[in-house]
Amino acid sequence: MRVVVAMSGGVDSTVAAALLAEAGHDVVGLSMQLYDQREGEARFGSCCTLDDLHDARRAAVALGIPHYIVNFERPFEDAVVGDFVREYLAGRTPIPCTHCNSALKFSTLLERSAHLSADRLATGHYARVEYDEARGRYRLERGADAARDQSYFLFALTQAQLARASFPVGGMTKGAVREVARRRGLRVADKPDSHEICFVPDGDYAAFIDRRAPEARQVAGVVADTAGRVLGRHDGVHHFTVGQRKGLGVATGAPLYVLRLDAATQTVTVGPREALERATLTASRVNWIAGAPPASPLRVEAQIRHRHRAAPAAVAATGDARAEVRFDSPQTAITPGQAVVFYQGDVVVGGGWID
Amino acid sequence: MEASHVMRIYLDHNATTPVAPEAMSAVAEALRTTFGNAASVHVPGQQAKAVLEEARASVAALIGAEPAEVVFTSGGTEADNFAVRGVAEACEASGRRHLVASAIEHEAVLNTVKALGRRGWAVTLVAPDGSGVVSTGALAAVLRDDTALVSVMHANNETGVVQPIADLAALAHRAGAIFHTDAVQSVGKIPVDVGALGADLLSLSGHKFHGPKGVGALWIRKGTKLVPTMTGGRQERGRRAGTENVPGLVGLGVAARLAREKLPVEQARLAALRDRLERGVLAAVPGSAVNGAGAERVPNTTNLSFEGVEAESLLIALDLEGIAVSTGSACSSGTLEPSHVLRAMGLTPHRVQSALRFSLGAGTTEPEIARVLEVLPRLVARLRSLSGAVARAGERG
Repeated sequence: MRVVVAMSGGVDSTVAAALLAEAGHDVVGLSMQLYDQREGEARFGSCCTLDDLHDARRAAVALGIPHYIVNFERPFEDAVVGDFVREYLAGRTPIPCTHCNSALKFSTLLERSAHLSADRLATGHYARVEYDEARGRYRLERGADAARDQSYFLFALTQAQLARASFPVGGMTKGAVREVARRRGLRVADKPDSHEICFVPDGDYAAFIDRRAPEARQVAGVVADTAGRVLGRHDGVHHFTVGQRKGLGVATGAPLYVLRLDAATQTVTVGPREALERATLTASRVNWIAGAPPASPLRVEAQIRHRHRAAPAAVAATGDARAEVRFDSPQTAITPGQAVVFYQGDVVVGGGWID
Repeated sequence: MEASHVMRIYLDHNATTPVAPEAMSAVAEALRTTFGNAASVHVPGQQAKAVLEEARASVAALIGAEPAEVVFTSGGTEADNFAVRGVAEACEASGRRHLVASAIEHEAVLNTVKALGRRGWAVTLVAPDGSGVVSTGALAAVLRDDTALVSVMHANNETGVVQPIADLAALAHRAGAIFHTDAVQSVGKIPVDVGALGADLLSLSGHKFHGPKGVGALWIRKGTKLVPTMTGGRQERGRRAGTENVPGLVGLGVAARLAREKLPVEQARLAALRDRLERGVLAAVPGSAVNGAGAERVPNTTNLSFEGVEAESLLIALDLEGIAVSTGSACSSGTLEPSHVLRAMGLTPHRVQSALRFSLGAGTTEPEIARVLEVLPRLVARLRSLSGAVARAGERG
């Protein structure tokens, strides 16, 4: 079986490639070039840099598999970076990694894999995909390493995408993955993890938006409390995220948190911590892993951020790829633009984008 | 693990060539025995100097030049930089501040004139016609009283199209300009005679004709003024500083001798193989076309577009079948960028995106061409049958 491995140059995808090659598969490595890599003109920095691409190539040569770098600058710009900028400008807090997975890796890269007659596309994600014989469906599950689980970023995958997906390290712990790399003498064994969003390596999203969208530098507005009293001024809602406490530029006695962002009026509404708590949310562009929405409300654990402990809730599909979620107890800082992902135990039921 | 039974067919000789066994052993021999510094007074130095000058004579013979006119460099890119920057600096005092290059030059020339453009030089790029030829008419239209340098390559690396250098050089000379030609892709493939070409400066590179990498030369017609770009010691008659890479240059000398000896036979042999490949593809693959057809071309190169196919995918699919070809220009990460050469020829974006270059060389055989003709039509058909992405590729700019 020919398997394409999306190689980022990191330890996870390198080990994924190694395991598949050792299992006797015909492995082809592909790395995505996501932006202009000319020295001195690099626009972004941390993951998928020229160094990472070189790491991927060296690993592929060490594993004895062919490796190609494909130019995805344009689809990355269209599907990921452009959306990221638009979402922040709209007062939302986006998750570019999810778009990258569903609109780039398991879309454009999957098409490329088909061009190469590959049966599967493997990545280094910590998640598991299983085929449920009885129901004739693919199941997406959390990775075995709870601390590394990345299923939250994969909720938008369809049955057709899951049918072609392979996550060779999904059943392993990060420690075990590094150990596999070390035992094989792979030089990426101790390479540090990437944490930031790859195209904003310094983590300063607002400055990135300002660079990419000149109109973002023109906006300004007020910071107000829930009663509408103006407490301060700001340079655009894209500088804020719901739940943020620091950097509000207002001085009051009690700590204040960002409650809402209104891009139309450029208003940042702040209030006390209790005001951040809500028990309900609605989501749109909902994807149900099984392929169809459930006929009646489901009991699930719903996760509203990558680093959020999924909380008991009831979710009901409301038509038009939308859903309503009611938590058993209120959750803090439900943030528009983030994903809500529904789990039953380790199984991903579906997910959508918080309105 | 890569299957060892895959027959490797290398059709990317315009990128680089395997080193000839004779050159390889000469390099090894020089590394073992000729360690001296060619500038030294003592016997080891004298020995190094002797083999260096033998290599120089061999390179000079390949291009019909005087050995004293051949300056060794680290390769084609350095030779191009030396020519362009050296002339620009030498002309600075004269008030000639205009540089002309063809739009289809290698980046070594293109990015060098552009760099000078950012520092105040006037730069004009001359576009080729639809078949990839830079015409005298097009050059005449841009020459000025203050044109210092005209640089047009002898043969294009992507299409193989041979430029009318003698006519272009005569035209440049009438305007009082110096003429440089980057002959990296013609030396060793077709007869190159500096007298017949009429240029003042000519770049060549060893690894394009089965010599080692990292060695090349700039031929400088006697009397041509240019300022050294590499300053330091008095090597190369004070024109290029730095201790000579004696073993590498010995390899270059051997490769030059072999190229000269084999050229008449190889030229005809490769032309026949290339034509067979080209005719075979055009017959077996509907919607394929030769880029640069109709123009005079070096015998080893064909550049073909495949309608409805993204070249990047076809290149990878071919490589997985053991067939190494290329497209466009490789960038720093080894990915592909749309070819500036094909774009300058006025080809549609889709035709540019679907173009592959096959460049044959000394090791290319009949069975290899037959194998390509067996595999390629099948791959093109498969890629075309895969929907979506292919159709969309056609719309991309």
